[in-house]
Amino acid sequence: MMVEEMNAPLLKADNLSKSFGGIHAVRQVSFEVPTGQIKGIIGPNGAGKTTLFNLITGFYAADAGAIYFNGRTLDGLVPHQVAERGVARTFQNVELFDRMTVLENVMVGRHPKSRAGFISAAFRLSHARREENNIINKATEILNFIGLSERAASPSTSLPFGLQRVLEIGRALATDPLLLLLDEPASGLNAGETRELGRLICRIRDSGITVVLVEHDMSLTMEVCDQILVMDYGRTLAEGSPRDIQQDPEVIAAYLGDEPLA
Amino acid sequence: MIRFLKYTWFQVGSFGLLLALVPLVVTNRYYLNVMIFIGIHTLLVVGLNLLMGYAGQISLGHAAFFGLGAYTSGVLTATYKLSPWPAMVIAVVLTVAVALLVGVPALKLTGYYLAMATLGFGIIVYICFKELVWLTGGPSGLVGIPKLSIGTVVLDEPRTYYYLVWAITLGAIVLSLNIVDSRVGRALRAIHDSEPAARASGIYTARLKIWVFVVSAIYASVAGSLYAHFITFISPSSFDFMFSIKLVTMVVVGGMASIWGAVFGAATLTVLPEVLAVFHDFDIVIFGLILMVVMIFMPQGLTRGALDLWEKYRLQRDVAGGSLSGG
Amino acid sequence: MDLSSQILQYVISGITNGAIYAVIALGFTIIYNSTEVINFAQGEFVMLGGMAVIALDGNGHLPLGFSFLLAVLAVTLVGIALERFTIRPAKSSNPIALIIITVGASIFLRGLAMMFWGKDSLGLRAFTGSSPIHFGGATLIPQSLWVLGVTVVVMAALQFFYKHTITGKAMRACAFNRRAAGLVGIGVNRMVMVSFALSAAIGAAAGIVIVPITLCGYDVGIMLGLKGFCAAVLGGLGSSPGSILGGFLLGVLEALGAGLISSGFKDAIAFFVLLLVLFLRPSGLLGSKEVKRF
Ligand SMILES: Nc1ncnc2c1ncn2[C@@H]1O[C@H](COP(=O)(O)OP(=O)(O)OP(=O)(O)O)[C@@H](O)[C@H]1O
Ligand SMILES: [Mg+2]
Repeated sequence: MMVEEMNAPLLKADNLSKSFGGIHAVRQVSFEVPTGQIKGIIGPNGAGKTTLFNLITGFYAADAGAIYFNGRTLDGLVPHQVAERGVARTFQNVELFDRMTVLENVMVGRHPKSRAGFISAAFRLSHARREENNIINKATEILNFIGLSERAASPSTSLPFGLQRVLEIGRALATDPLLLLLDEPASGLNAGETRELGRLICRIRDSGITVVLVEHDMSLTMEVCDQILVMDYGRTLAEGSPRDIQQDPEVIAAYLGDEPLA
Repeated sequence: MIRFLKYTWFQVGSFGLLLALVPLVVTNRYYLNVMIFIGIHTLLVVGLNLLMGYAGQISLGHAAFFGLGAYTSGVLTATYKLSPWPAMVIAVVLTVAVALLVGVPALKLTGYYLAMATLGFGIIVYICFKELVWLTGGPSGLVGIPKLSIGTVVLDEPRTYYYLVWAITLGAIVLSLNIVDSRVGRALRAIHDSEPAARASGIYTARLKIWVFVVSAIYASVAGSLYAHFITFISPSSFDFMFSIKLVTMVVVGGMASIWGAVFGAATLTVLPEVLAVFHDFDIVIFGLILMVVMIFMPQGLTRGALDLWEKYRLQRDVAGGSLSGG
Repeated sequence: MDLSSQILQYVISGITNGAIYAVIALGFTIIYNSTEVINFAQGEFVMLGGMAVIALDGNGHLPLGFSFLLAVLAVTLVGIALERFTIRPAKSSNPIALIIITVGASIFLRGLAMMFWGKDSLGLRAFTGSSPIHFGGATLIPQSLWVLGVTVVVMAALQFFYKHTITGKAMRACAFNRRAAGLVGIGVNRMVMVSFALSAAIGAAAGIVIVPITLCGYDVGIMLGLKGFCAAVLGGLGSSPGSILGGFLLGVLEALGAGLISSGFKDAIAFFVLLLVLFLRPSGLLGSKEVKRF
């Protein structure tokens, strides 16, 4: 993996703002994600969590503020460039490639780490064939890691919903990211599946990948996150360790008040 | 993977063998000519299918690229006496340039807007064929396009031309099968299924769409050149809006995102008007009716249903056989 | 003729054609708003209107006004049948399938027209007199006034329909939000059928008034339909005022281009404008800024 920088954070957001018409989806949000940690972002519906992900990954351009990743700004980069820099993500509403198999879905994730173009593909040039084999090997390895190797040849739509979320994480891992952004990976999952997911997220962190986790499921966030950022109406409401957050009166009022801890 | 490769080669090999045998049985010139047209249309449709079926981007103006190939070859050989093969290469270069010029702005659009832009482009090119009389011969057409020859052998017999057209088309099929089953092919399919996820996976979707547009235009250009040298006379009406629609229909009837489906679609829609010709003026009524009925009741195309069943069977067999290890 | 009266002449003929494009564009818009279908058979309504009125006028000794109404009625029925037997059973909302279905319908109708009326272009007597009116060095044929008059009546009637009738209001609700309209008890299917009927009726009316000027053959529908479509995009797909503006603008641009630049490329002008609009401002002149993504 990367040589560990002293204590420079892997991701740093500086005064980010984004509005849509009159809606201030994100306003002046700043935070840091240290390398090797799991950072949680929580907040009620419409707080701006997904918008934050879209800003980081280049789907939206920020109105103001800056994002630094691995010491360089992500300003002006479009999504595929952000992915090439080492930021991978999943989507709140699972976005799999429906007409592909489980294995192929993960193979697509190798795109930024491979080179073959139309010509070398069309004529099956030897380097393209070698590369294709590497892609298959790496994808198979990832399926093993996420526990889906049994289903490699199944159409991705045939997976139960919980495993579709896991597969989406697998596809993101295939890009060899330094940072993985997960947008509500536990939504739609039952308690058992959520625990399983929590273990997977910890294993991902242990393999050296930094994780940002947007989540509604409090039990999961409190359990796996090192640090939590609370957002409300686009603003930072609080930031701290899970324990601090649980005791923060403002957070309890704004967030936990209407969605009590289960 | 090795097994799958063999499987593809088996398909291509047996199809090629079948094609090679046809002229031994069929000696009637008319039937051979129809087979040549099927070959040319297949080349067009396989290319268009990469764009539409795989990448999910519609083009209602593909007749223009076909026409650019035909007219460039025609004008360079008939008017400027260039020999056909270099002319064909120049046609491809010109087509690529035009495809880039149109594709770069057009492929920023999606859905109906992309359909409209390509439609407008196709009609403009058609009008140019009709109105640039000094260059193209105008509505009455361009005559005197030479037959192709290889070395000193002139391919002026339907049978020899049949072999040439189908050799090229089969080559194009192999290239397409390879593309589809590769990093690029997966990326194309990814764009179709979820563009945001494709971009988040590091795919430069905007550029890839342009490339596949260009590739499909190249296929169309080569088909156009082959067409021009086959009938030796071309006129604008072969490259009009209806022909673009016919190409799209061939892709859809054959079933999108299936190379063999494209072959089937091209064959069906080439033969159909010939069969319907017995109804004289009735034919376009029936053609219209068939288009509607197929699309209303089988929007996935005629072959898709059958293919789905086969895929399902194959998967079940593979799962049962436990052969999941891939490569 | 000096240049300025020449230009005046072009503008007059441009406005006449533009009125027809505007009505066809409105037809597109009506159907697009209620179904998000682009009806490629729109031009055939215009052709059928023209052919029907020629047939009715030539056969009996009916008064022209009566033939007019009868022809509009007949084409309206065709429009309803088109919706009932092609669009409704096709559950698919895939643009490609819908494009092919409506193109199939257009080929079908064109074929039927050819069988009934043959391949020749036919004409119709002018509604009232044919001696041209002179002014400002240009001439205006009375039929052009009919075209403009009928166009204005069509637009006013549509406006009245949308603003002051229950069905019209319900259709606007459907265009705004189909699901919500369905939830409050509006019969969405019926609205779709009404939109096809309306669109066919106004297309037919356009076809009828223009015949005395341009003649009509079984194959005029394609080009007219596509031009109307360019007008609709120019104005902003889905916007009624946009369609009207787009139609007139396109008619005038085309006439000026044909007169001053080259008549051979007259048809190309509309499509050139289409490309320019799509590349530079896909939402059109009056469309909402946000281009709808499919
Ligand atoms: N593309 C967009 N256009 C307009 N408004 C948007 C857009 N994306 C987000 N918004 C608005 O920005 C605000 C924040 O939305 P966002 O999706 O970021 O919230 P969230 O925290 O992810 O909520 P949830 O928990 O429901 O996923 C919302 O009011 C939303 O409606
Ligand atoms: Mg969200």
